[in-house]
Amino acid sequence: MTDKPIQGEKRVFMTGNETLAWAAVAAGADIMYGYPITPQNEVMHYWTRMAPKFGRKFLQTEDELSAGFTTIGGIMAGSRAFSATAGPGTTLFQEPISMAEMMRIPLVMAILQRGGPSTATVIYSQQEVNMMTFGGNGEGWRVVYSTATHQELYDYMIKSFNTAWKYRFPTFVLADGYQAKMREPLTMYNPEDRGIEMVETERFVGLPGVPGTDRPPAHHRNTFSVEEELYEATMPIQKEYEEMSEHVVEWEEEDVDDADIIILSHGVVSRAAKAAKNRLRAKGYKVGYFRPITLRPFPEKALQKVAGKCNNFLLAESALGQFARPVKEALFNVPVNSFETIYKPGVGFTAEELVEKIESAR
Amino acid sequence: MTDHLAMPKSWHVETKPHKFCPGCGHGIALKILGEVIDELNIQDRLVFGVDIGCSLLAWDFFDVDTVQTHHGRTNPVMVGMKRANPDLLCIAYMGDGGGYAIGSQHLVNSAFRNERILAIVINNCNYGMTGGQMAPTTLPGQKTETSPYGRDAETTGSPTLGPEMVAAIASPGAYVARGSIANIKQLKRFMKKAVENQIAGNGFSFLEVLSSCPTNWRTNAKQTWAFVEDEMSKYFKTGELRTPDEKKEA
Repeated sequence: MTDKPIQGEKRVFMTGNETLAWAAVAAGADIMYGYPITPQNEVMHYWTRMAPKFGRKFLQTEDELSAGFTTIGGIMAGSRAFSATAGPGTTLFQEPISMAEMMRIPLVMAILQRGGPSTATVIYSQQEVNMMTFGGNGEGWRVVYSTATHQELYDYMIKSFNTAWKYRFPTFVLADGYQAKMREPLTMYNPEDRGIEMVETERFVGLPGVPGTDRPPAHHRNTFSVEEELYEATMPIQKEYEEMSEHVVEWEEEDVDDADIIILSHGVVSRAAKAAKNRLRAKGYKVGYFRPITLRPFPEKALQKVAGKCNNFLLAESALGQFARPVKEALFNVPVNSFETIYKPGVGFTAEELVEKIESAR
Repeated sequence: MTDHLAMPKSWHVETKPHKFCPGCGHGIALKILGEVIDELNIQDRLVFGVDIGCSLLAWDFFDVDTVQTHHGRTNPVMVGMKRANPDLLCIAYMGDGGGYAIGSQHLVNSAFRNERILAIVINNCNYGMTGGQMAPTTLPGQKTETSPYGRDAETTGSPTLGPEMVAAIASPGAYVARGSIANIKQLKRFMKKAVENQIAGNGFSFLEVLSSCPTNWRTNAKQTWAFVEDEMSKYFKTGELRTPDEKKEA
């Protein structure tokens, strides 16, 4: 008998939502709070089936506002708690996320993007980038991992708990409906077996001893009386966010050194971009590939360095410039020769169309 | 016998005198809650959640672990906490706007699910912190900043009867009552039973407190007291609406 949910390394073939639920189990998540929305639902379906077997809990709430705030409550009680949502649910979640940012609550969530604006489609898009990086009435104090494969869903879901609890910034796996619903192979593992130590959780309230007698009371707030008081409270958070950034920022780049054009993409679109790059390379075209894994904090310096080698870009995204915005900001004051975009809001990409696009211009 | 002139032990002395307006009822409600905390000796396992609105001014009121949340969201934060750690005692403290308007879905569903928390709603017939707008509990004909000619039930509905609503949907084990700062002995009995109901783990506990807001009512001391005792109590009847054993004090 063992308490490890996964024995050794386990090769599996499953959907992304199932992968996320397994990753949360493997990461030692104690409780999930959630509200049904497509294409996220199966995260809850698998979690609710596994939770009792591993002594974990679940609460289905009345809406996403409640899912977010109950998750915050669970975290403050010292639990490794998480939630998952999509689309209009992501909109509602901005309110609890902003409270988590201000109060440094290690909120962890998986976001499975669907079409927008409004109810739109339940299928796929990359239109929740703005919301997940800079939503709410705040300054974007979040960590956002944009995943491309099921292996990454598994790896980064586990990593999200550690990033969140280590740095105390809300941390998100930003995926999409394609990743949620398709099946593909991946390797599951217990984090400890790979030397990944799960960061211990801590209570925000209910600490040992009588408050006022044995210890000061824990008084947590997000409201401030005057401008300067707020400034004094927020500037250290910004400083800590900036200090954290160099440790958590991640990206992937291939064949950029001799490239005369670089394909920029993120998330599942980067699979088409990478395949296109490989096919074009095989044909003799000097094509490079750059993909931010963290959309917040954004790998600005890495992109600027790449732009120093090649300053012709083709950017592809399943939205109308939500990913292009931080890219352009990173390239501000950097000489750029050409910057082409393909925006397909709510629609996916194939390698073929990217190959054709680059080949036809050559 | 409690010495009502003394500060409850659970009060955070450094933040007294408190930040509420002169004549505000919050101080009385929080005094009674402090006494209940002391008498039940629960300071070390209690989490006090405060909403946005005047209730947020209590964020550092007690020597009790406290979380100030968002407007209407104190119930879900306390629910999430209680679900994660049932050993904690969780009290969600809010105004009538947080309880019956922006957070009404959370109140209703917490009651439906029989969440083992205590929700306290301070009913003062208006939005105090934002400057005296019409609230779900504003009385018919009452003038506020957003009902300057008096609340018209035809166009704005009738005052929310919170405890009656919760009592109608609550599960067995629930405790539901309405007290008033005009009857502190009764209010304290209700407050204590509401907290005890959570300690016993019977079910959802809910207490509405009829309270005063002279600043926004623009009333003097006499008028303030008359409004609480005469006007509010006519519409909002004090008493117990649900108890675990269904024996109720009227």
